[in-house]
Amino acid sequence: MTLKQVSVFLENKQGRLWKSLNILKNEDIDIRALSIADTSEFGILRMIVSDPDKAKDALEAEQFAVSFAQVLAIEVDDQPGGLENALDLLNKENINVEYIYAFVEKKTSKALVVLRTDNNDLALSILESNGFSIIDDEAYTI
Amino acid sequence: MSKFKEEDAYIFNPERECMDREELRKLQLRRLKKVVKYAYDNVEFYRNLYDEAGVKPEDIETLEDIQKLPFITKDDLRKTYPFDLQAAPKEDWVEVHSTSGTTGIPTVAAYTQKDLDIWAECTARGLASVGVHKDDIVNVAYGFGLFTGGHGAQYGAQKIGALAVPMSSGNTQKQMNFLKDFPADYLCCTPSYALYLAESFEKEGIDPQSIPLKGGLYGAEMWTEEIRQKLEGKFGISAQNIYGLTEVIGPGVSTECHFKNGMHIAEDHFYPEIIDPETLEVLPEGTEGEIVFTTLTKTGMPVIRYRTKDLTSITYEKCECGRTNVRMSRIKGRSDDMLKVKGVIVFPKQIEEVLMKMDELSPAYQIVVSRPKTMDEIEVQVEIDQSNFQDSIPNLESFKRLIAKKVREAIGIGVKVTLAEPYSIPRSEGKAVRVIDKRNFD
Repeated sequence: MTLKQVSVFLENKQGRLWKSLNILKNEDIDIRALSIADTSEFGILRMIVSDPDKAKDALEAEQFAVSFAQVLAIEVDDQPGGLENALDLLNKENINVEYIYAFVEKKTSKALVVLRTDNNDLALSILESNGFSIIDDEAYTI
Repeated sequence: MSKFKEEDAYIFNPERECMDREELRKLQLRRLKKVVKYAYDNVEFYRNLYDEAGVKPEDIETLEDIQKLPFITKDDLRKTYPFDLQAAPKEDWVEVHSTSGTTGIPTVAAYTQKDLDIWAECTARGLASVGVHKDDIVNVAYGFGLFTGGHGAQYGAQKIGALAVPMSSGNTQKQMNFLKDFPADYLCCTPSYALYLAESFEKEGIDPQSIPLKGGLYGAEMWTEEIRQKLEGKFGISAQNIYGLTEVIGPGVSTECHFKNGMHIAEDHFYPEIIDPETLEVLPEGTEGEIVFTTLTKTGMPVIRYRTKDLTSITYEKCECGRTNVRMSRIKGRSDDMLKVKGVIVFPKQIEEVLMKMDELSPAYQIVVSRPKTMDEIEVQVEIDQSNFQDSIPNLESFKRLIAKKVREAIGIGVKVTLAEPYSIPRSEGKAVRVIDKRNFD
């Protein structure tokens, strides 16, 4: 089960990040996880939100460039080596992690991370068969 | 899917537009002699100019004798501002037009009724060549006012007997409503505004193809084949070029037929020459240079050997459409808008040609020239297209490099490419401002 991530193109200009978040607030959309990848003049805002379709429509109506990407969200033990265990499994299968970021919230003693890999299906089955729990839409995009 | 039908296009005035070239030259010579004498007799400026050059109206015996006359330039029009170049008596003036004056004192021209009739005839020829008939609606989205664009197109449409909608530029929402509610068959405006309209329809979820336009006559700014492809593709129309300038008469000095192989000059009214802008030598057919016009019939403000600064070439070869009137190529640039960057001559159009070939880009772009320290720098700002954005920094970076590489191949020097958010580059509702030169040469 992969999650639908919302990616937004942002120029590195004052107020643009705020503007995009303001649009989500006005639409009553909750952000579960977020990261920004940036270069010297532009960045991509990546988010797991409560309603990705509504978020995309609202942002596009305000002229942002938005796309969806399929990502994995997994639970790892919130202790040293928790994430390393997961990445070790992927590494052994030659799966490349394109980017990774953590959820805003914590669930019990587990930490939640979002992963984008070059082979999501394989990554998913490996992690699942090794006992990692995978976060699905139902749990996290209420 | 084109809604334009070739059989709709026709020749408005076959007698003149398809005239035997020898006959045409005779007509031109008769008119040239007349206008030179008329200007000499009625305008002090011409009298002084020709006296100083030691030339008299009687010295014009052949068309080539025009070369005995000195050129006039924009500076001369400024010196004679506002009305010292008018030849007709003031009581005969019925309408005035003016350039925007962004580069200095505006150029003002007063038209007699006869001038307006000539102007209507010329724009009617252009509108006919894109297919405008008596029962058509022509939406004129050029600016109305002192600018010649709006009135010129309206007079032409009315000369044909079509219904002209004097929409003017701007007010895009109303413009779109009108185009939907009482659908125009033809659209006249700047090409950049037509693209903006297409984009505005798309933004509302309306396919511009669903607007029942058949054709458009676009001008008042430089544009490229690539822009034409975009316009024709988006609206499913024939997009034809119209050229003109206030100093000569306004739009209609030349217009493209549907073969789109150069703009036919209304030669019975305007006599063209191509010169080398440096040596001022008259250049042979097919050679690129600055186009110079002489108005053969205008009575309000005749211009004789007026240097336009527009760079083009002309061909007398007969066109497939049957017109014999000389064709001028698309304006390549203006001798005064070419950029000299790092010592290299760059025409903004060369950059536009590259950008418009890339489907991933929106039609809006901006070129910023600056000199951060001692070296010139060109920055090309392009927009990410909403429908093409993919979340991948490596892809976006390589897309930037690809644009930079293609521009470099076209102009010979490196540029910096900046990706901007959709719709963040200013749209223009009139003439697009695409080059910002921040260098300070003082």
